[in-house]
Amino acid sequence: MGLELYLDLLSQPSRAVYIFAKKNGIPFELRNVELLKGQHLSKEFFPVNSLQRVPTLKDGDFVLSESVAILIYLSFKYQTADHWYPSDLQARVRIHEYLGWHADRIRGTFGVSLWTQVLAPLIGAQVPEEKVKRNRTNIDKALQHLEDKFLGHKAFLTSQQVTLADLMALEELMQVVAVGYPLFEGRPRLAAWRERVEAFLGTDLCQEAHGPIFHIVEQAANKTLPQPSPDFYPNMLLRISMIP
Amino acid sequence: MGMELYLDLLSASCRAVYIFVKKNNIPFDFQFVDLLQGHHHSKEYMEINPLKKLPSLKDGNFILSESVAILLYLCRKYSAPSHWYPPDLHMRARVDEFMAWQHTAIQLPMSKILWIKLLIPMITGEEVPAGKTKEILDEVNKNMQLFEEKFLQDKMFITGDNISLADVVALVEMMQPMAGNHNVFHNSPKLAEWRTRVELTIGSGLFLEAHERLKKLTEWDCSTLDPTVKERVSKLLQKFK
Repeated sequence: MGLELYLDLLSQPSRAVYIFAKKNGIPFELRNVELLKGQHLSKEFFPVNSLQRVPTLKDGDFVLSESVAILIYLSFKYQTADHWYPSDLQARVRIHEYLGWHADRIRGTFGVSLWTQVLAPLIGAQVPEEKVKRNRTNIDKALQHLEDKFLGHKAFLTSQQVTLADLMALEELMQVVAVGYPLFEGRPRLAAWRERVEAFLGTDLCQEAHGPIFHIVEQAANKTLPQPSPDFYPNMLLRISMIP
Repeated sequence: MGMELYLDLLSASCRAVYIFVKKNNIPFDFQFVDLLQGHHHSKEYMEINPLKKLPSLKDGNFILSESVAILLYLCRKYSAPSHWYPPDLHMRARVDEFMAWQHTAIQLPMSKILWIKLLIPMITGEEVPAGKTKEILDEVNKNMQLFEEKFLQDKMFITGDNISLADVVALVEMMQPMAGNHNVFHNSPKLAEWRTRVELTIGSGLFLEAHERLKKLTEWDCSTLDPTVKERVSKLLQKFK
């Protein structure tokens, strides 16, 4: 059994891993874990990853979670082009510097929109307006920092070439765009950055990876989204209550 | 001017960096940025780190923030012994995995406990509602269990027989609630043993020195606190209600 990647393309970190593997021609078996159906919490998935999270990598007996760890592992194992995770020390730690800030300010914050617009209504729950507003403010502040403190006048977030940082950032931003907040409008520098990243990755790959998340609002409106099983509701409600 | 580290040892991230440089005898200038006095918001510090966060490193013209980035930089630049960030692909991946997971699973909830148990009551005079407190303590307990079962398991340290960056980062964060008189180790003998093992490997003297300021936090006279900061803390309390 070769490399297996347990993913759900609705998840931002899953997409980052998927795109990286595809772009770099890394052979793998895709194992779809449907988050909406709560499959990550299933008995079947638990032996794969007891943290019950996606993405998960399985390479023989070696199991690894956390997209950043997976991306770094893949970059070493498959000797991907240096620009993704440069061997130059300063260039490399700039990526970790971005990812540290990203963990605090982007991750979590940018995932909230999917919950407020699609997932909470799906189970008849509602996120208080105050929290929705707060989330929008946090998104705007983070985007300001992203543009001013990280991108600046460079081509990409940490250097003049695409790195793991750009991939992680792009997928978080796309999550918000997919559920209807056109965050690139009025932000020409970020919009240009997005175009450069997508041009590098290739239109076909981007369309393929972004397909599911871009269709989700339409599916919710047409009521063609899989309805989560009631067993999964408490977990979803807890997640909703934790929105700051 | 040699390498400068901008630190306040009240912050777990700063303690991780401090412990690492001292343990590895890396020469540096300690630049104290007093979080309690809001010095991280000063014009001087914002020139070092416009995001106003600690720790920061300044090595000549190279300025770096985020403790994980700083630790990796120091490891390689000063050729620290390889067990700190192992060259073996699988072991290194375990460190990367833990460093990624800990942001939301350990660092954030541990910091919340300190706010709930000490800082918010101290600054606003009000307690956080019991329901919310319980929710956060439950989350911490759950994550400590995950840490034990998935990251530590039956090993001496997270990567196996030797201490790594992951153990230091984990422990300093788990110490944060101590200032609020909350001990996250008391439920698990295995974790308590790991804690002692990490402390002894670092060196008790260094470990205690690094945690001195945190220990004294209960003695802080917050009446001198800037009213705008007090206002912000009150708003924080509202979020917990």
